[in-house]
Amino acid sequence: MKWLGSRAAFAVFVAVLAVVPQVAPAFWVTLGNYIGLYSIVALGLVLLTGVAGQTSFGQAAFVGLGAYTTAYLTTKYGTSPWLALVIGMVITAAVALFLGFITLRMKGHYLPLATIAWGISLFYVFGNLEMLGGHTGMSGIPALSFAGFELKSENRYYYLIWTITLASLWATNNLLDSRPGRAIRALKGRLEMAEAFGVDAARLKIVVFVYAALLACISGWLYAHLQRFVNPTPFFITQGIEYLFMAVVGGAGSVWGAVLGATVITLLKQVLQDVLPWMFGRSGNFELIVFGILMILLLQFARDGLWPWIERILPRRTPPPVPPAEPLPARERATRAGPLLEVRKARKQFGGLVAVNDLSFEIRPGEILGLIGPNGAGKSTTFSLISGAAALTSGDIRFRGESIGGEPPYEIARRGIGRTFQHVKLIPQMTVLDNVALGAYLRGGSGIVRAALALDGAEETRIKAEAARAIARVGLTEHTFDAAGSLPLGKQRIVEIARALAADPMLLLLDEPAAGLRFLEKQELAALLRSLKSDGMTVLLVEHDMDFVMGLTDRLVVMDFGEKLAEGQPADIQRNAAVLEAYLGSVV
Amino acid sequence: MDLSIAALLAQDGITNGAIYALLALALVLVFTVTRIVWIPAGEFVAWGTLTLAGLQTGVAPGTLKVLVGMAVIAGLMEAWGCIRRGQAGRLPRRLAAWTGVPMVVAALVWWLAPMQLPLPVQVLLTLVTMTTLGPLLYRVAYQPLAEASVLVLLIVSVALHFTLVGLGLWFFGAEGSRTPAFSSTSFTLGGVNISVQSLLVVASSLALIGALALFFGRTLYGKALRATAVNRAGARLVGISPDFAGALTFALAALLCGFSGVLIGPITTVYYDSGFLVGLKGFVGAIIGGLSSYPIAAAGALLVGLIESFSSFWASAFKEVIVFTLIIPVLLWRSLTTTHHEEDE
Repeated sequence: MKWLGSRAAFAVFVAVLAVVPQVAPAFWVTLGNYIGLYSIVALGLVLLTGVAGQTSFGQAAFVGLGAYTTAYLTTKYGTSPWLALVIGMVITAAVALFLGFITLRMKGHYLPLATIAWGISLFYVFGNLEMLGGHTGMSGIPALSFAGFELKSENRYYYLIWTITLASLWATNNLLDSRPGRAIRALKGRLEMAEAFGVDAARLKIVVFVYAALLACISGWLYAHLQRFVNPTPFFITQGIEYLFMAVVGGAGSVWGAVLGATVITLLKQVLQDVLPWMFGRSGNFELIVFGILMILLLQFARDGLWPWIERILPRRTPPPVPPAEPLPARERATRAGPLLEVRKARKQFGGLVAVNDLSFEIRPGEILGLIGPNGAGKSTTFSLISGAAALTSGDIRFRGESIGGEPPYEIARRGIGRTFQHVKLIPQMTVLDNVALGAYLRGGSGIVRAALALDGAEETRIKAEAARAIARVGLTEHTFDAAGSLPLGKQRIVEIARALAADPMLLLLDEPAAGLRFLEKQELAALLRSLKSDGMTVLLVEHDMDFVMGLTDRLVVMDFGEKLAEGQPADIQRNAAVLEAYLGSVV
Repeated sequence: MDLSIAALLAQDGITNGAIYALLALALVLVFTVTRIVWIPAGEFVAWGTLTLAGLQTGVAPGTLKVLVGMAVIAGLMEAWGCIRRGQAGRLPRRLAAWTGVPMVVAALVWWLAPMQLPLPVQVLLTLVTMTTLGPLLYRVAYQPLAEASVLVLLIVSVALHFTLVGLGLWFFGAEGSRTPAFSSTSFTLGGVNISVQSLLVVASSLALIGALALFFGRTLYGKALRATAVNRAGARLVGISPDFAGALTFALAALLCGFSGVLIGPITTVYYDSGFLVGLKGFVGAIIGGLSSYPIAAAGALLVGLIESFSSFWASAFKEVIVFTLIIPVLLWRSLTTTHHEEDE
């Protein structure tokens, strides 16, 4: 991925950071400290809001949790600040897990509302508990010392803050370019797809929320030992909202947006607090007005924030070709007698409407089976029943002799059924390579921690190589590093097939793959499916387009009104009177 | 606690709950029709009180400046939109609606303010001002983003909340205000002292809720809003303009919130930034109703009022903590009873 846009730009950035305390006046060092602290919190929100599509207004409360835990433990019990950091992180993780658990299974707006309530509650708890010093706060927090080296001066502390900030940036960037990272990027609007490839979306959302909360907690711990004093005010919901603004202003799609946003908002606030009262001739909260208006304008005119503009002027690194690597372990494909997939009296009812009425058919290994029928015949519902997207009302579906009826989509994917979507579900801004690599999600095992610490290198190389092989298999190698959304629809459909292939499936379910394609694109698709078949792949094709299906499939199952109307060779189906009547109306 | 204290607390709780109920209804209405989580509802409550307080002292309230400013911006936005789409012919009508009407309202209130008219007239002027402000806010801040995700709209709401709080401090100052009670008499019923003011609050809340029910059940516009709430695309296909639905919704919601402000004024001192917490209490009620059910939201708001009142007796320092922690069990329950999540992009 674009690890830094450019290494040179990154080197300059670090050099400037390192020099600031040596040359700039103390005021700038203080600002730099705050920008670092805010960046860490905003970084969590970039991941949560920009990448995963969730949001929180309560990050300030997590900052407060980190700050208050260390303040209390170090002043009352003389605990080591480093131990207090660990304890604070444990508490924060527990709170975030709980909040995430109760809100993230529901629609997206419950988490932000819950975090508003939580942010306000914690503020009043801090302010009203005598043991935490009430609204006056707690002072006398010890300075940090590291290997016998006291970090008392702001200049020294500056280096600690920015070391941790850069480390968080590094870890988050690693995370985004990894197996769990690809899944996180699918959380925003591509839940169904992610789950079909084995991602436990509900769990992953909670993990991302906890990750963001922990970053906030670390920032709070740093803050407490920088100020050596805490009171409730900086942890109120207003500050929580400002953190979110930082992420949005900077650009919630990139880790660097967090630093940019924190810098812009911090500097802007400084300037506004000096300039506005002078302009309006009296004191007031004018920066609130300006912030609010700027925010609304930004969302109306530049929803992706400021970072994309900076990124455009940075030199781009051409990605190196994907290095070859040992293939991931392939699925055991012992041949067994009998059909690959059996649909037995499958039934789906929506209230009084019977969409699929006791349908039975089977798919034999190595064949291309077409499931066709007029509009509303129940083809798509049948597809959903097989892929696990919809639950059976009664009946059963068996794959390689084992029942998969009622299993969730990821379980069905795990057993070796790959699928595509009728409406293409790629992550448009992600490269074709990363999109296809998501297909191999279940063939890897690296979690968030390994990914963030870049310990997943070997597995990641193999996943990428596997994805590159799948891309080559479908003939799209030239597009490997293009954004998936930039390809024409026909190619996007092929990318979807490559993604399904990356999961190493035994059965491929294709939902209307020819819909919306031009003639040549259809021919290319048909050629690809034939070549997959010659490699031993079994395919179920739900289709609309008779011409496309007739020349390609080995057998056809025709549905009408939720029932099987006919089954057989394409040539026989073409002469079947019942089928002709269903499609063309009665010929009497 | 003896029975008379309990009765007193219950009376307080129900009075506050009735006010939160109006808010909760406004929030459910706005969310279902426009998908906007309307955080600045609270500012409309505070501005309702502060506007009335301004009229009480015979001063033209700062709300009018906001009204005029917004009317000018909305007019410019309409003009730009009409010119860009080459529909200059429509401009006069649009300008009349978006700039003309608010200007007339502002001028009228400006002119009547120093006369210190009787309280009911002042209340009416307050409500007219607030109701006019609602659609303007929608036009300027939300309408350009009407198709954006719930998340983006939520962030706009929060930004707007910041702006309105800042404007509130600018125009109303940092001092709090109270408005006079409609009645200071009380009577005793079964040994319990009941204030007429509480009864009036509850009765007028109920009357407004009844009027809303009639509006949604019997009128074409009400049915149009319901249709939009159920299916936006479908409503659009049968000719209900989403822009119009949004503006109408905000007019109603602003009326409800402004009225809450008028009712809450005699109970507590309202500052320019008091709205936020009040609004969030309405939200707790609305969330209990899943941001979709009016009766459950109203009942939830009533519960919030009661819990607030009783917890202020037992643990007054933690009153807010208790009220806002209430949504945790509610969300937990909703989470456990929700079987699957939907794709929200």
